[in-house]
Order: sequence, then C-alpha cells, then structure tokens
Amino acid sequence: MVFARPASESDLSVISTSGSLYVRDSLPKYKMQENSMPKEAAYQIIHDELLLDFKPKLNLASFVTTLMEPECDKLIMESINKNYVDMDEYPVTTELHNRCVNMIAHLFNAPLGDSEDAIGVGTVGSSEAIMLAGLAFKRKWQNKRKAEGKPYDRPNIVTGANVQVCWEKFARYFEVELKEVKVREGYYVMDPVKAVEMVDENTICVAAILGSTYNGEFEDVKLLNDLLLEKNKQTGWDTPIHVDAASGGFIAPFIYPELEWDFRLPMVKSINVSGHKYGLVYAGIGWVIWRSKDDLPEDLVFHIKYLGADQSTFTLNFSKGSSQIIAQYYQLVRLGQEGYRHIMENCHENAMVLKAGLEKTGRFNILSKDDGVPVVAFSLKEKKGGHDEFEVSEMLRRFGWIVPAYPMPPDAEHVIVLRVVIRAEFSRTLAERLVHDISIVLHELDKLPAKVSAEGKEAGAVTAADEENGDIDGAVHKRKSDLETQREITTYWKNYVVAQKTIKRQKVMAS
Amino acid sequence: MVITTTIPDHRAGELLHYTFASRYAGAPVPKFKMPEKSIPKEAAYQIINDELMLDGTPRLNLASFVTTWMEPECEKLMMASINKNYVDMDEYPVTTELQNRCVNMIAHLFNAPVGETETAVGVGTVGSSEAIMLAGLAFKRKWQAKRKSEGKPYDKPNIVTGANVQVCWEKFARYFEVELKEVKLSEGYYVMDPVKAVEMVDENTICVAAILGSTLTGEFENVKLLHELLTKKNEETGWDTPIHVDAASGGFIAPFLYPDLEWDFRLPLVKSINVSGHKYGLVYPGVGWVVWRTKEDLPDDLIFHINYLGSDQPTFTLNFSKGSSQIIAQYYQLIRLGFEGYKNIMENCMSNARVLKEGIEKMGRFDIVSKDVGVPLVAFSLKDSSKHTVFEISDSLRRFGWIVPAYTMAPDAQHIAVLRIVVREDFSRSLAERLIADIDKVVKELDTLPSRESTKAAHITATVEEKQHTEEEVLARWKRVLAAKRAGAC
Repeated sequence: MVFARPASESDLSVISTSGSLYVRDSLPKYKMQENSMPKEAAYQIIHDELLLDFKPKLNLASFVTTLMEPECDKLIMESINKNYVDMDEYPVTTELHNRCVNMIAHLFNAPLGDSEDAIGVGTVGSSEAIMLAGLAFKRKWQNKRKAEGKPYDRPNIVTGANVQVCWEKFARYFEVELKEVKVREGYYVMDPVKAVEMVDENTICVAAILGSTYNGEFEDVKLLNDLLLEKNKQTGWDTPIHVDAASGGFIAPFIYPELEWDFRLPMVKSINVSGHKYGLVYAGIGWVIWRSKDDLPEDLVFHIKYLGADQSTFTLNFSKGSSQIIAQYYQLVRLGQEGYRHIMENCHENAMVLKAGLEKTGRFNILSKDDGVPVVAFSLKEKKGGHDEFEVSEMLRRFGWIVPAYPMPPDAEHVIVLRVVIRAEFSRTLAERLVHDISIVLHELDKLPAKVSAEGKEAGAVTAADEENGDIDGAVHKRKSDLETQREITTYWKNYVVAQKTIKRQKVMAS
Repeated sequence: MVITTTIPDHRAGELLHYTFASRYAGAPVPKFKMPEKSIPKEAAYQIINDELMLDGTPRLNLASFVTTWMEPECEKLMMASINKNYVDMDEYPVTTELQNRCVNMIAHLFNAPVGETETAVGVGTVGSSEAIMLAGLAFKRKWQAKRKSEGKPYDKPNIVTGANVQVCWEKFARYFEVELKEVKLSEGYYVMDPVKAVEMVDENTICVAAILGSTLTGEFENVKLLHELLTKKNEETGWDTPIHVDAASGGFIAPFLYPDLEWDFRLPLVKSINVSGHKYGLVYPGVGWVVWRTKEDLPDDLIFHINYLGSDQPTFTLNFSKGSSQIIAQYYQLIRLGFEGYKNIMENCMSNARVLKEGIEKMGRFDIVSKDVGVPLVAFSLKDSSKHTVFEISDSLRRFGWIVPAYTMAPDAQHIAVLRIVVREDFSRSLAERLIADIDKVVKELDTLPSRESTKAAHITATVEEKQHTEEEVLARWKRVLAAKRAGAC
C-alpha cells in the first residue's frame, strides 16, 4: 500500500515470506492486530489457507457457473472497481445492463415491439429477483383490495413444497403466508391441480418452478395457466403466475423452444432467471422481467434524476460490482443463440451418459427426468447392510467429488437422493470418471460390515464365532465390550444420519 | 470454452483477421435481441471493451465514497476466488471462516460487548443497503413481538431519522411497510437534530437511526447526545426505543481517527451498526457489514439455520448466491493493514481534504459547508449564485475529466446547493492541487460568460407583455430542474 508506513525496522524486501515472522504467528481471528504486514505475506498466507476450500469445478452440488473464458475474465477484472449504481458516471455499463434485460425479455417472449424497452432489472441473484417480483405482486394485490374495500392484511403465495429456500425467506421477511403443495413419492414437483385448489382471494400469485432444485424437473406451467384461467373466470380474482426459472430460463428457450412456459401464457406476469446458473456467468447475477409496465406498481420504483434524465431503479441492493453484468452481456453476445444451444445440448448429452452409466451398475433408481435441467438425481435400489446415500456421498469426497445427498421434500422425506448437476464445464470424460468412481465406492461399501441396530442384533454373530473358537468365558467378556462399542458406534452413526437429513434437506433447498 | 462446437471451415479464416478488419467491427452491436450466431471471443472482448472506454474513469469519480483501487496482490486473490459461490458454506469452509473473522474484528472495532474469543453476531452483506434492511427487519420484528405480548396494535411501525438520510432507508421504509418520520434540516444545520428526533419518537417507533458520516456533508451526527436524550425519554415512557447507527462511511474512520468519540456499542441503547466494506473499508464495490450488540437483538425467527455435522450455521441475509471475492478482499485489508495501516490512510485522507478545503477557501468565492471532523470530504457552496450556479461548475469540471457532483440539500434546506468532493485513499495531494487549479480555471471562465438565466430573461423581456408568462414558465422550469437535483448522492 503506497500510503502505509513500513511495519518494522528490518528490511522487509529481503526476507522471504517463509522465513518471516508471519508464518509463525496465527492469523488474527477476533481482533485487528495493531501492525500492518507486507502485502506479499498477506497474499501468501490467505492464499494458502484457502487451499483447504474444495475445488469449485468439482463441486457437483451447485448449478452456479465455475468457468469462464479468459477474455471475459479480463473484462471482469477491468470493471471490478466500477460501482454499478453510479449510472451517471458509467452510462455504458448501464446501457449494457439494459441490453441484457431486453435480450432476456425477448428470449422469454415478452409482448414487446422490436425496439421497445423491456421492464426488468439485473439483481445479485434469483433471491433478490424473487423478492422484487413478490413485492410487486404483494403491492398490486394490496392496491386492488384497498380499492375494493376488502381486508388486505393476510396475503399468501401458493407454491410447491419443492420450492427453493428464498421463497421461504421472502414469505418470512415480507410477511406473506406460504401455502405449500406437498409432493409425494414418484411426483416430486408441484401438482397444478392441487395448487389451483389452494388459491383463495388472498393469494397474491402462484409460483411455478422451471427446473426444480431437487431433480431438475420442469413444472407444467401451461396446465397451471389453463386451470388458473378457468378459476379466475369463476371467481374474478385474477390471480397471476410467477415462474421461478432460476435454472430453466436459460435452458428451455434453446432446447425446448416449443414448450410453453413463459410470457406466451397470459397469466404469467413475471419471470426470474439466474445469470449465474445456465446464464453461464460467475456467482453474483440474476434477472427479473415483468410482462409489462402495469405489472410493476409505480410506487415501488425509485426515480433518480441525474441532470434531467430519469433513471428508474427497483432493487434491494444499491452499490455493487459491475463485473457480472458486463460478463452476462459478453456471454449473450459472444455465444448468441447457437452458442447457448450447443452448450445446453452438450450438457444434456453428458447427463444422459451419466444416467446410462449409473443405470448399468444396476444399483440405482433414477429420479430425474430426461427433460428438464441437466441434472441426474438417483437413489439406491437397495440399502445393502444399511449403507445409504449419505455414505456414498461421503466416500465420493475422498476422490475429490462433491455429490450431495438429500431427502426429498415433504411428504416424501423418506426418499433420499444423490444429485449431480451437469454444468457446461462437466465434460464426458468427467462423467465417465465419475461413474467409475461411484462403482468403486459401491464395491467398498459392499465390503463393509453391515450397520448394527441399537438392540445389538449382530451380537449373535459374534457369539457364534466365539463359541466356534471354544472360548466361551472369554467370549462373554469380549461380547460385552463389543456390544458396547457397537452400540456406541451405532448411536453416533444414527445421530449423524439424522443430523445429515435435516442439514441436507435445507441445503438442497438452498441451492 | 472447451465444450462449444468448433467453428466450421468457412468461418475459420476469420480467426486470422485483424480484429478491426473483421466484419465484427463494422456490424451493429446487438441491443434488443440475442444474436443468432456466436462470434469469436477475441471479437467479443474487443467490442465490449471499446464501448466501455466511454464510461467515466472510476478513479476520477469524486462523487463516490466507494473504493476504486486495491493492491495487485489483493486483486490476485479476488480473481482466484471469483468462481466461488459464497453461500456454499459446506464446500468453502475457509471462505466462510474468513467472513466470520471479519465480523468478529469489526464487532471488536465497534466495542461490541463480546469476550476475547467469543463469536460476534453479525453478517457480511452486498452493501449497506442490505445491511440496513436486515437491521431494520430485526427492529421491526422485535417491536412487533413486544407489542403483541402487550396486547397492543402493531400495524403502524415507524422509524425516526434525519431528512439527510441515504435513499436506502426510504427503500426499507417503502418495501417493508414502515413509516419514515424525518427530522427536517435547516440552513446551517444539515444533520439530524437529536432533540427534535427524540421529540418525534412515539410508541410505534421501532428505532431511531443516526448517521455517522452524512452523505451530504460528511458530518457525524451526535449519537451520544441522542443516546442521553433517548435514555431519559425511555425512562419516562417505558418504550425502550433503541438506536441504530448507519456508519456506512464513518464506521471505518471514527475508530482510527477519533477513538474517544462515543458513538458505537459503548452507548447501551445502540443495538446494531452497519458499515460499508466498500467505502472506507477499502474494498471494491460489493461488501457491507452489519453487527448486532448481542444475540437478543436479532430475533431468532428471522434466522434460517443450516446445520453441518452438528455445528449450527445460522444465516440471515437477503441475498443468497453471490461472489466470495469481496469478502476475502476485506479480510486481506484487515490483516494486511492492521490498525496502524488504516489509521495512516485515514490521516492522509484528512490531510488531503484539508489541503483541498484551504485551496478552495482561498479563492474567496465559496463557503465551506462540511466540517473538519467527519468523513474526509469537502462540500462547498457559492457565496454568490446569482450569475452562475454550482451545477454549471460541475458541468465545466467534466471537461477536465473530473466528476464533481452538485446537489441541493434535503428539506427544509433545499435552496442550498453544494458541490461535493470525496477524498478516497487514492486521491493524492498532487491530484488535490491539480483539482484546485482546475476549479479556479472554471470559476474564472464562468466569470467571463453571461449568466444563463439573464440571457433567457433578456430575450424574453425584449418583446411584448404577452411573453411575460413565458418568462415565468422558463424560470419556473429552471427552478424545477434545480429542485429535481435532489440528493441523488450516495
């Protein structure tokens, strides 16, 4: 730092980091220390500690992009010091943002003219996007109810139990009731029929997911639209739809263009998509698009006037980096529709290769569909010896793979799945390697002793073996301590599994 | 991208073309629809990079408090972690740990009542906006729970704050349905008056928000006085109204330059504080922090619990997936600089601000509106705005490359317009001297020009009376334009 004084008297430029004091002291964790340290030391020490993080590219739990082209990295680094919100100072960056909004709106068939500006905004992720969309629905519904002279203090949203955790956050923070349609074994997404049944006069919108987190499935938005249209005719409530296309929004338009899920359906009033999932940008960018100006209540929009020009803004965050927005524009322009299509087709192919490989082992049920987000969700046909999906997940970590295991949402929590997300950088080679490693893990698990129950059923086997050895008295002694140990291990293991179930359920909703 | 298809032969020749000789340099840039075809990555880079040249230069943007320069070592760390999704706590435990360390350090900096090795209650956010919304939510929920248990109505919460408050408080109020009760400013007093603020507190007040480092003038509000008055009122009313300190700018200045100033958790009614890591925390845009006094100040039902192997990771943020770079960069700065490093930098900033202020004063044409104690910035107004305005000065300075914004004050002082220069760490003395010279040039230049208003007026009164209403119209319009330049300051 050109402005700070040197930290000590000795000539720091000569001492190597490894020879310096800095590797002997533990890094500050609770309080800032008094003195500065050389930048090289600071870099090295932090860098080294970060080696213990797992490798982003082998993280098969996440949909979020982990690789971009070096040209894009360069653009990202060059704009890392631009505060996006300074629209007056960085008009080109703002313009690029607006172009992205337009392009994505057109991708979703928003009813716009060829050079008409779309209504939408870039956000930090789908969480912010969903909160903005939800806020718009809430305010619109409140205004309508006020005008009708009806109570407006109990708004609710109807959605599936497979919904991502940010909907729960929205509900809790913005005081909206969440009415969840439960899933069931074999049907792991929101049932449109049940959803429409749950709609009442306080429903601000029905949220459908294009690309369920649990198994990548696309919900049937068209059916939902048709049923809701009918109900609206009867009730006059005019309940709208929001599509959470966080994952699916950059997949469906390219490989399922005939699938009607977007603004082609009249009840769909807003859509969100994560730029950092299949939008192919690093973490930190999402988009929300509204059908038309009428779907975004004016009193939610803040107007900032800079030298006369009106810049309307509607976001929760204010200052933030510009890099991901520029990176999104880069991808849209660099790849174009054909580029995205090729990538999504490749992802789909690799998902099929993985799925076929897993099926060939004969040990797994596949719970994901062929169509949808390129995800392979699978569970064990049989938990041999009580070894389950959580153990498979743990053992795969040894090979460097992060493959999470989760229970399905209520009411199908007894079903545990392993889930592999196929991102753009997951090649066929990696798919084949993963199948190979999973086979090894299965073999190892088969060789492990079966897990004992707390009643110590397996203790019988020990006794028999000891009797065979003729060592009866000694066997009694041994049996006791074996039993105790086995009980200890079993209880620990049970607690671990139960803990895992709760963790992982929340985790999957978190991705 | 290794996965994309190879470019067919008839297009391969394009790879050899000099970028500006290729057809991409001549084709119109896509603005409304995604193009059908891909283009080479080099072309994509060049086209976007070239357009971006027309953006302002971040380091010459004197309107912003947000950091525009970091050391190359730190940039290296940032680039290396750009593909880490912060929210994957299980996959990136070290990154999560670094965030927790930052929270602890910042909490200690603010004298939070935590033990030496006790974990503080706080979280990293994308900026002070998110931090303020979280703090506000906590206050709202706590107040609602209290009112419910008392059997009283809880449908009309409000917050008391100064009219000089940053726009994110207005956002919080509008989006989370809380009434904003603003203490109006007056000429010469551009921050929240603690006496008036406490008067406005009623049973529906969820908290009083004080600013350490007002956006308009850099001034620190008198949190200690507010605290004393509020403690007294609470004794009388029993409402137990708390304080939140918006230390977005001041939080990384006061502890280093004014350690004896009592504004933080040393005052018992202060329950939460937010600070922008990307302002004087010296990190690139995209990180803020909010710290609560204790666990009790953060209602449990707002927290989502994610359990990993028994250990509890509570999370309370609005954003979910986001980059990790800025968090790692914040930790880098905290340990790289340490206390002495931050102190040296802030002292340099104050020194350069003083040089700037003296240079501007010497011209004899300006009144200095900012105080010496506070955020290192210089806000100044024209002694005589009859012929030319600060807005014209702001425009003219752009020609030299400087971005110096001009704003009107918040109500009820909106007739005062100021220019404001923020001194960040990368604003050296040589730049300060250069800026002074350029301001001087601009002022002298404007002296030679007729005023815009008098020109218009001359035109109009030269003709018949029927044009009088047009004159009024023009003046009214000009006034409206001036009034419209409200605190768009951030």
